[in-house]
Amino acid sequence: MNLHEYQAKSLFAEYGLPVSTGQAAQTSEEAVATAQKLGGTRWVAKVQVHAGGRGKAGGVKLIDSLDDLRSFANRWLGNRLVSSQTDSLGQLVSCIYVESVTDIEQEFYLGVVIDRSSRRVIVMSSGEGGVDIESVAAATPEKILRCSIDPFLGAQAYQARTMAFQLGVHGKQVKQFIRIFMNLCELFHKLDCSLVEINPLVLTSSGDLLCLDAKVNIDSNALFRHPRLEYMADPTQLDEREVQAAKFNLSYVSLDGDIGCMVNGAGLAMGTMDLVKLYGGNPANFLDVGGGVQKESVAEAFKILLSDEKVKTVLINIFGGIVSCEIIAKGIVEAYRGVGVQIPVVVRFDGNSAREGREVFRHSGLNIVAANSLQEAAQLAVSAAKGEV
Amino acid sequence: MSILIDKNTQVVCQGFTGSQGTFHSQQAIAYGTKLVCGVVPGRGGQEHLGLPVFNTVSDAIENTGATVSVIYVPAPFCLDSILESIEARLELVVCITEGLPVLDMLKAKAYADLLGVRVVGPNCPGVITPGECKIGIMPAEIHRPGKIGVVSRSGTLTYEAVKQISDRGFGQSTCVGIGGDPIPGTNFIDVIALFEQDVETEAIVMVGEIGGTAEEETAEYIKHNVSKPVIAYIAGATAPKGKRMGHAGAIIAGGKGTAEEKFTALDRAGVSTVRDLAQIGDALLDTLG
Repeated sequence: MNLHEYQAKSLFAEYGLPVSTGQAAQTSEEAVATAQKLGGTRWVAKVQVHAGGRGKAGGVKLIDSLDDLRSFANRWLGNRLVSSQTDSLGQLVSCIYVESVTDIEQEFYLGVVIDRSSRRVIVMSSGEGGVDIESVAAATPEKILRCSIDPFLGAQAYQARTMAFQLGVHGKQVKQFIRIFMNLCELFHKLDCSLVEINPLVLTSSGDLLCLDAKVNIDSNALFRHPRLEYMADPTQLDEREVQAAKFNLSYVSLDGDIGCMVNGAGLAMGTMDLVKLYGGNPANFLDVGGGVQKESVAEAFKILLSDEKVKTVLINIFGGIVSCEIIAKGIVEAYRGVGVQIPVVVRFDGNSAREGREVFRHSGLNIVAANSLQEAAQLAVSAAKGEV
Repeated sequence: MSILIDKNTQVVCQGFTGSQGTFHSQQAIAYGTKLVCGVVPGRGGQEHLGLPVFNTVSDAIENTGATVSVIYVPAPFCLDSILESIEARLELVVCITEGLPVLDMLKAKAYADLLGVRVVGPNCPGVITPGECKIGIMPAEIHRPGKIGVVSRSGTLTYEAVKQISDRGFGQSTCVGIGGDPIPGTNFIDVIALFEQDVETEAIVMVGEIGGTAEEETAEYIKHNVSKPVIAYIAGATAPKGKRMGHAGAIIAGGKGTAEEKFTALDRAGVSTVRDLAQIGDALLDTLG
């Protein structure tokens, strides 16, 4: 689960990480009131979306008058920001963050991630902050410092100190860096994060370290122990169909093609998309209806697939494990009738009672083709989408 | 021969009396698995499915010959169950539970390594040695005893591969579902190393997917250490970047973990890669003749 910058910064503040003062605003009036409350004559306004690349897309602005702030707020609130990290539709801006201006001497990167290969939490830093850290890592990997956190001991001050000296910070900044490093690791572990990034961590003109940006991703599987973080979820930042699917425990990801896919199991669902592509078609989505393939989830899955106007045909690929394909077939027929599906549906069954399942479709009188093999199913779906069947 | 489990393996089930634990224990018993007892805190002394229930894993070990545990405990309590089994020094802990927080598994894996206990999973279908022992949620009927070792990150995709292997007239020595989470207790390399040692296993089918670099690391390992033929399929060639595809671990992050990179690494290591999901069985037939 992604958090907005303003939410991440409020958590940072709780964990003793230095952030500038600021506040989120949902209207231009609120934005202006926030600026007045902060005082001064210059502010920074930032759109709040779950995507990076905001600066280049015009979503971050140095503001030097209240009129300027008002027009920035009016320009963005309720509109979508398209950046290098969003799709072509962009992300809805429902909130902007207004904060005091910081004079920057130097920019660093500091992040905490889970490294799958070493199975450790890793702290990464770089003197090259404020830019896309992945390109730094790709072009000049030697500029990225890494430090592995022991799962039993946790982060240690000497690790933070070593990194501070490697980064070349001096004097009081060393102590500040240690505090930031340690607190960031504490936040990461206590809040079950999967990623935390400060990019940039800046050295201000007064010689202090400050977290100028904040990115926090929470492990969704751990939300059961963080109910208050669950409230920070912002469904406006997600694909509508993905949100709808999640309500019914379906796992859905939208793609650009015209063949709607409904599959049991995440791996098989990916494999089905790949197969469609391999046979000359274009998958419209990833959709895992789960191992049990309940009637209700099939009906919901149909609704979600059909709400995508691009979808011209639906390919259902079910491997019957413990649950019999015959029962699943009856559920599909019922859902098909209930939802009022109008486009061709191709079904491939294998495993438990697959033949009996196919018979159910043959006797249903509906526009459901039961394929005899995985290949045939993919070919039929591709032809159907091209209007050849 | 087989790896990890065989007809003599005695199994204890953690989360025995829950709906999942009950259903899959019944299936395992029907298959012939030597399920000897269950562990449910507070229900020690009771019986379930005609088997004794114990309060703790150490009680279970003291009173039965259990050496392997299977866990169906819900995610919020699962770390505790895994740690208890590790502490009790079982030989193998198979964790079926889905939705374990990553930091929980990171801790469990570190502890398992420290005490030398093998954990398979979480978020996996389990392990089966066809005709001998079934531990997990996989459908029994598609498996045949045989000489192909199967290792996979996905559930239904494993069943698909196993069915194709059986349909082409082969069987499986052992099938190991390592699970779709970012930190699996056992990885491809661990399982492939065991298959390489196993005299009965003649060829290995590995099913990978996008996310992480486990397949690339495995390719490197195979190149230097594996003499048996390996056939590999990777799911997710059409998956978009930055999106989690159902499994917690199936995500292309920072441009890393694409199917193409994995196929390339495996091709370079001399693995027979399969890009058509429907042709895993045929690829095996081509390889073994």
